[in-house]
Amino acid sequence: MRKSFKKAVSLAVAAMMTLTMAACGSPSTSNDPTQNAGTTAAGATENSGTTAAGGTEKSTFKIGIIGPLTGDAAIYGENVVNAAQIAVDEINAAGGVNGFMLEINAQDDEHDAEKSVNAYNSVKDWGAQMILGSVTSVPCIAVTEKTKADNMFQLTPSGSAVECAKYANNFRVCFSDPDQGAASARYIGENNLGTKVAVIYDSSTVYSTGIYESFVQGAANQKFEIVAAEAFTADNATDFSVQLQKAKDSGADLVFLPIYYQAASLILAQANSMGYAPVFFGVDGMDGILSVENFDKSLAEGVMLLTPFAADAKDDLTVKFVTTYQQRHNNAIPNQFAADAYDGVYALKAALEKAGATPDMSVSDLCEALKKAMLEISIDGLTGAGITWNEAGEPNKEPKAVKIVDGVYVSMD
Amino acid sequence: MKKFKLSKTLKSSLLTYGLVIFAYVLMQILISGGHVSSLMQGLLVPLCVYAILAVSLNLTVGILGELSLGHAGFMCVGAFASAFFSKCVQDSIENSFIRFTLAIMIGALAAGAAGIIIGIPVLRLKGDYLAIVTLAFGEIIKNLVNILYVGKDESGFHISFKSSLDLNMSPNGVQIIKGAQGITGTPNDSTFTIGIVLLLITLFIVLNLIHSRDGRAIMAIRDNVIAAESVGINITKYKLMAFSVSAALAGVAGVLYAHNISTLTALPKNFGYNMSILILVFVVLGGIGNIRGSIISAVVLTLLPELLRGLNNYRMLIYAVVLIVMMLFNWAPACIGWREKIFGGLRKKKNTKEAA
Repeated sequence: MRKSFKKAVSLAVAAMMTLTMAACGSPSTSNDPTQNAGTTAAGATENSGTTAAGGTEKSTFKIGIIGPLTGDAAIYGENVVNAAQIAVDEINAAGGVNGFMLEINAQDDEHDAEKSVNAYNSVKDWGAQMILGSVTSVPCIAVTEKTKADNMFQLTPSGSAVECAKYANNFRVCFSDPDQGAASARYIGENNLGTKVAVIYDSSTVYSTGIYESFVQGAANQKFEIVAAEAFTADNATDFSVQLQKAKDSGADLVFLPIYYQAASLILAQANSMGYAPVFFGVDGMDGILSVENFDKSLAEGVMLLTPFAADAKDDLTVKFVTTYQQRHNNAIPNQFAADAYDGVYALKAALEKAGATPDMSVSDLCEALKKAMLEISIDGLTGAGITWNEAGEPNKEPKAVKIVDGVYVSMD
Repeated sequence: MKKFKLSKTLKSSLLTYGLVIFAYVLMQILISGGHVSSLMQGLLVPLCVYAILAVSLNLTVGILGELSLGHAGFMCVGAFASAFFSKCVQDSIENSFIRFTLAIMIGALAAGAAGIIIGIPVLRLKGDYLAIVTLAFGEIIKNLVNILYVGKDESGFHISFKSSLDLNMSPNGVQIIKGAQGITGTPNDSTFTIGIVLLLITLFIVLNLIHSRDGRAIMAIRDNVIAAESVGINITKYKLMAFSVSAALAGVAGVLYAHNISTLTALPKNFGYNMSILILVFVVLGGIGNIRGSIISAVVLTLLPELLRGLNNYRMLIYAVVLIVMMLFNWAPACIGWREKIFGGLRKKKNTKEAA
C-alpha cells in the first residue's frame, strides 16, 4: 500500500509539472503575436530604458499595463501590450504629452485575480502613475479595489463586467457585458437575421453568463424567440454535439454564441460535421477565431459578430494602425483588444492634456485631475468616432457588426 | 542539580512557532522601515493562505497517510461560506474584527462539515482509489458553486441552480452569489497579522494533534491498519477526525483568501485540481509529515514566480525547472547521500569540537 501511495504522489507531482509546462506552452494557439512576446516585452523595457535615460527621474508619465501574457487568455494580453506600445511610440515620436514622454511596463496576471493584484503591486513598485488594465474582467474587478484604495487612475481596455468600472476612478474603453447582450438582441431583431434563436453559452465565465442574461432580457421585446439555451463549462468545452443537436432539433435558424473564440471554433467545426448550418452570431470574444491554429477558416464563412473594431476597415486610422502592427509582429492581424488598448492610450493622452498634468504630480492628484478630464474629452479612435465617457466610466460609442467573408472581416453596414 | 530539559518534540515545535514569529517580526520591522516593495506587501496574505493549506494537507497526507487530491474543494467551501456571510452582514456588523472572526468560524465549520460528509464514504477507500475519489469530490464542489445563484430580498433568501433570472426576486432584491460570476465586493478584512495568527493557530492545532494520544492512534493507522485495529483503535473515528480537521483548516485558508481579494469565482485555476495538486506539491517538496518543511516550501514556491517577474515570459519555464531541481535535491537518493556526506561531516566536526 505504501508503494502505491508513493506511486500516486509521484504521478500527481509529474502531472503538476506538465501542467506548469502546459501553461507556458499554451499560447501557441495564438500563433503570431505570442511568438513575439519575449521580444515585445524586451522592446518595451529597452524603450523605457532609453526614455528614462533621456531625462531626469520625473520626466515621463508611467503607465502600468496588467494582462494575461501566459496561459489561455494570453492572446488578449499580447494584443493589448503590442498595441499600447505602438500608440506610445507614436505619441512620443510626435513630441509626447504636454512635452513629456510616455513609458509603459506590462506585467503578467495569468488571467487570475490574485496574480493580477500581484502584477498591480509590481507595476506600482516600478512607479506607475496610472493603470491600463486589467485586460480580463475578473482580475480587473480585484484590481479596482486596490486602485481605489491607492486612488490610482485606472482605465481598462477590455474588462467588460459591470463591476470593472465600479468606482469613480475606473473607466473602460470597451462595451460592458449588458450593453453587448442588449445590443446583439437589438441588432438581430432589427435586421431580421433569424426568427428562432438558440444560445450556447459558457456558464462558468462571468463574461458569457453576463451577456447571455442581458441578451434574454433584450430579446423579450424583439421579433424573434429564444428556442434553446444550452450551457457548457470550462471543464467540458471540447464536445458540443449535445448542445448543437438540441439547437438543431428546436429548429433554430440562428445560433448566438456569446463565448470566446477557442470554444466557438470547435462549435463551428462540430456543427459542420453534423450538417447543421444556421447563422452563427458572436460578440467580441469571437474575435480571434481566424487566428486559431489548425482551424479550417472556411468553416467561419458567414459568421457574424458584433465588435467595435474591424481590422479590414478602410479608414486612414485603422489602415495605419494595422500596417504598423503587421510590420512589427510578423503580419499578425490585431484584434479588438489591440484596438481598445490603442484607443485607451490615446484617451489617457487626451485626458492628460486636458488636465494639463505633469509627471511630478502625486498619483492621487493625477487621479483626481484625470477623473474630471475623462468626462470632458472626446476622441476619434479605432473603436469609434467621437467616443465620450460618462460618470459611470462607460464609453459612448456605436457597435459595428462584421461578417466573415473569404476569411476576412467585412463590415455589414 | 536537576536540569530542566526540553523534550525533542517540544523543541521542534517551538522552533516551528519561533520561525513563523521571527518571519512576522522581521517583516513588520522592514515594513515600518519602508524597505518592502508593494509586491512583497501584497504577497504577505497569500503566503499565509498557502502555508495554512500546506500544513492542513500535511495532516491528511503525512500523518493520516492518505492521498487527498480535493483539498482545494474544502478551501472553496470555506471561502464561499464566509464570503456569503460577510456580504450578508456587511451593513449590520460594522466592526470588521468581529465580522471577520465570525466569518472565520463559519468558514471553518462549513468546510469541516463538508469534510465529514465527504469523508464518510471516501475514507472507506485506500490509496489510489481514495485519491481519485477526492479529486472527483473537489471538482463536484467547484462545479456546484458555479451553478449556485443566491439572492436576498425582503421575503428572505432565494436559491436557484439555473440562472439569476430564475430567482424570482422582487425588484429591490440583491444577488449575493451569481453563479459563475461568484461573489464580488467581499470586504477586504484579511491582514498579515490575522494571517499569521491563523497560521500559528493552525500549527498549534496540527502539532498538538500529532503529539497527542489521538495523533499516535492516527499514525498507527497510517503505519498498519490491521495492527491498529487489533489493539482496539477505532479506525473510522480517527480517520474521520484527521480528515475533517484538515478540511476545516483548509476552510480557514479559504476565508483568508476570499477576504483578501474582492472577487471570488470558482475557476479551475483557484479552486480546481490545479490548486489541489499545487498544495500537494508544497507538501511533497517540504517533506511528507514535516510540518515546518511544508511552510517553507509553500513560501518559497509562492514567492518564486513573483520574484522571477524580471524574466518576463521565461519565468514560468524557470519556475518549472527550479521545481524539478528542488525535488531532485530533496528526494533523489544520490542527492540525499551527498547531502549527508557534507552536512553530516559538518555535524560530526562540531560534535568532536564540543567534546574536546
